[in-house]
Amino acid sequence: MTAVHLRINNVNVTAESGMTVLEAARSAGINIPTLCYLKDINRSGNCRVCLVEVKNGRTLLSACTTPVSEGMEVFTNSERAMRGRRNTLSLIMSNHNKNCLSCKRNQNCELQKLCEDHGIRDNKFEGEHTEASYDDFSYGIVRDTSKCVLCERCVETCRKVQGLGVLGLENRGFKTIVAPVYNKSFADVNCMQCGQCVINCPVGALTEKENITEVVAALNNPDKVVIVQTAPAVRASLGEEFGNPIGTRVTGKMVAALHRCGFDRVYDTNFGADLTIMEEGNELLERIKNGGTLPMFTSCSPGWIRYIEYEYPELLPHLSTSKSPHMMFGAIVKTYWAKKHNVDPKDIYVVSIMPCIAKKSEIQRPENKTGNYVDVDAVLTTRELGRLIKLYGIEFNELPDEEFDSDLLGDYTGAAVIFGATGGVMEAALRAVKQQLEGKKLEQVDFTACRGMAGVKEAEVDLAGTKIWIAITSSMSAAKPLLEEVKAGTSKYTFIEVMGCPGGCINGGGQSIIPSKVKNGKIGYGYKELRMSALYDEDKACDLRVSSDNVQIQQLYRDFLEKPGSEIAEELLHTSYSPKEKFHIFD
Amino acid sequence: MERLNLDSLRTIDSIVDRHRGEPGPVIVMLHDVQDSLGYVPFEAMEKIAAATGTSVADVYGVVCFYAQFTTSPKGKHVINICLGTACYVKGAQALIDETVTLTGAEINKTSEDGIFSLDATRCLGACGLAPVCIIDGKVFGNCTKETIVAEINKIRAAEKMA
Repeated sequence: MTAVHLRINNVNVTAESGMTVLEAARSAGINIPTLCYLKDINRSGNCRVCLVEVKNGRTLLSACTTPVSEGMEVFTNSERAMRGRRNTLSLIMSNHNKNCLSCKRNQNCELQKLCEDHGIRDNKFEGEHTEASYDDFSYGIVRDTSKCVLCERCVETCRKVQGLGVLGLENRGFKTIVAPVYNKSFADVNCMQCGQCVINCPVGALTEKENITEVVAALNNPDKVVIVQTAPAVRASLGEEFGNPIGTRVTGKMVAALHRCGFDRVYDTNFGADLTIMEEGNELLERIKNGGTLPMFTSCSPGWIRYIEYEYPELLPHLSTSKSPHMMFGAIVKTYWAKKHNVDPKDIYVVSIMPCIAKKSEIQRPENKTGNYVDVDAVLTTRELGRLIKLYGIEFNELPDEEFDSDLLGDYTGAAVIFGATGGVMEAALRAVKQQLEGKKLEQVDFTACRGMAGVKEAEVDLAGTKIWIAITSSMSAAKPLLEEVKAGTSKYTFIEVMGCPGGCINGGGQSIIPSKVKNGKIGYGYKELRMSALYDEDKACDLRVSSDNVQIQQLYRDFLEKPGSEIAEELLHTSYSPKEKFHIFD
Repeated sequence: MERLNLDSLRTIDSIVDRHRGEPGPVIVMLHDVQDSLGYVPFEAMEKIAAATGTSVADVYGVVCFYAQFTTSPKGKHVINICLGTACYVKGAQALIDETVTLTGAEINKTSEDGIFSLDATRCLGACGLAPVCIIDGKVFGNCTKETIVAEINKIRAAEKMA
């Protein structure tokens, strides 16, 4: 790397060759506003918000695509640069659906913030609008191109993070829109519904499909017993909806808020996670013992399930048949819990608070039903829970800490808490399996090789004398090489944890939206570690840290399920998968 | 939309194989498919995407960026009329209106009997000959209504004989 010397706003800056003006400026602490730029994901130069003036330059240049050069003199706030930026924003606004007050991204919109910062006070350019495309047919994601700024962050996210490229630019010039092929619905293409596009959209063009109304209706229905469960990752992000720093653990306040919303029971999906470990761990041991299909993949992430059904149907026998924790929890509530409390399952309404958008489609799977009843009735994302709490006028930050309800399904271990981070399911499974095989209490429960943000982690583990290789991966672009190995029959692994979103559920598509300013800045993608440590802290604070030590789980097996993998456990807690057609183009 | 017959699928496969590994193969493949089948069917986009490691949405993005690619089958005879500035000024709109009346094909659509497709094209780069139209690949400069009428009648007569 050679050093390049330039001046930005009359300040001497030393940059590395190959850096862009934007990177050089940020390294020197000079902020240049951006919209389409997203570090490591998108540098399309589409939006022209980062225009700067370069001395002797014929035109203004976009800082995100212009490389630094020796002796360059850059002005980010000259009258010309500022006029250029303000005109750019006015032009973007001229083709923007300005129903900001009713937009899900109101007050959390990067375009709104830029216009506010730049004092865009009037509709300088009024004219035609691009014909918009609106899609709310899929269970999870709503696409409204009337709000799209064509930044391509979603297009690049789907391409780079998931390797799918569901979205593309269609048509040309003024008619350009972002859409799946043929301007089809997300429901008609190979979209895994992970929602990474949603959390990377700067505006309200891609949003989650809201189910708040249904939940409020159930809460107000005197005939319904409404039971809510919250996934581990939610507690590490919900606080952000109320202005708390990233990674603030708000478990107690979340429980208090849910009680105040009127839920009859507030439980932790962690109970379901411990149950998942019992079933999935048992399944793994059975497969190893009986020569079943290996490596076995985890099955907690519904985005990943959708992906494998579309992209690698031949690998479906490798998937664990265990339902995901919240589905197991729902199935147990409507059978075991209902029986114990003498409640008719038809009167029970189960709500899952999830960091995930794909969970909204998971509950609609016909395989995930017990008898006539769906296991879970509604899924709200972390963001929707934030809105629900605001809707009920609850001052979240003022709430006292409260405990989860503890009857029957209240216990959980530290192993369940870490499900929310990449590697957590693997670590939890290893703890339980190792303890069972060794037949004595595990002294060292930490499997640190499972932790961290690497796209693929692997380790050789000694399970009471049997050595197995395990791997952990998150996001489909990282998982793909592992899947190709399994397909080719060359995989050395016995057990592979796969999560749909990079970093696992803590970075799920339903979590609080982190503005690009943070992702591009000092914290960068370190926000994932901040949320992750909230979970590992809670694990550490737990007395019990191995799923099979959960007393209520033991009671559940004694009173109802008999043993992991029993006939009734198979019926309630396991599911099946089938290949899915990628595109529904031919009606 | 109907599914493609086996012959067309084979044609697509051989085109994809021919250009596999070339630099920038997507557009070359699309050109050949458009020429061979008269349009780019969805199956072609799927095969091209798989062979080039891009997504179907990306390939479709290329198809709908260029006006020369079409996603629905063309008629047996294709009439292109240039609507570039020079041609428009010299009366191309009247030629288009006349063609619509005579063939029953709307602009950028195909006639119900499947015989004619009418495309309004961007500048063909032959402004000195304006207005320009291309009928079944043959260029007609200084085109008049009479030229259009005569050519369409010729095609109709030939179709009747066939």
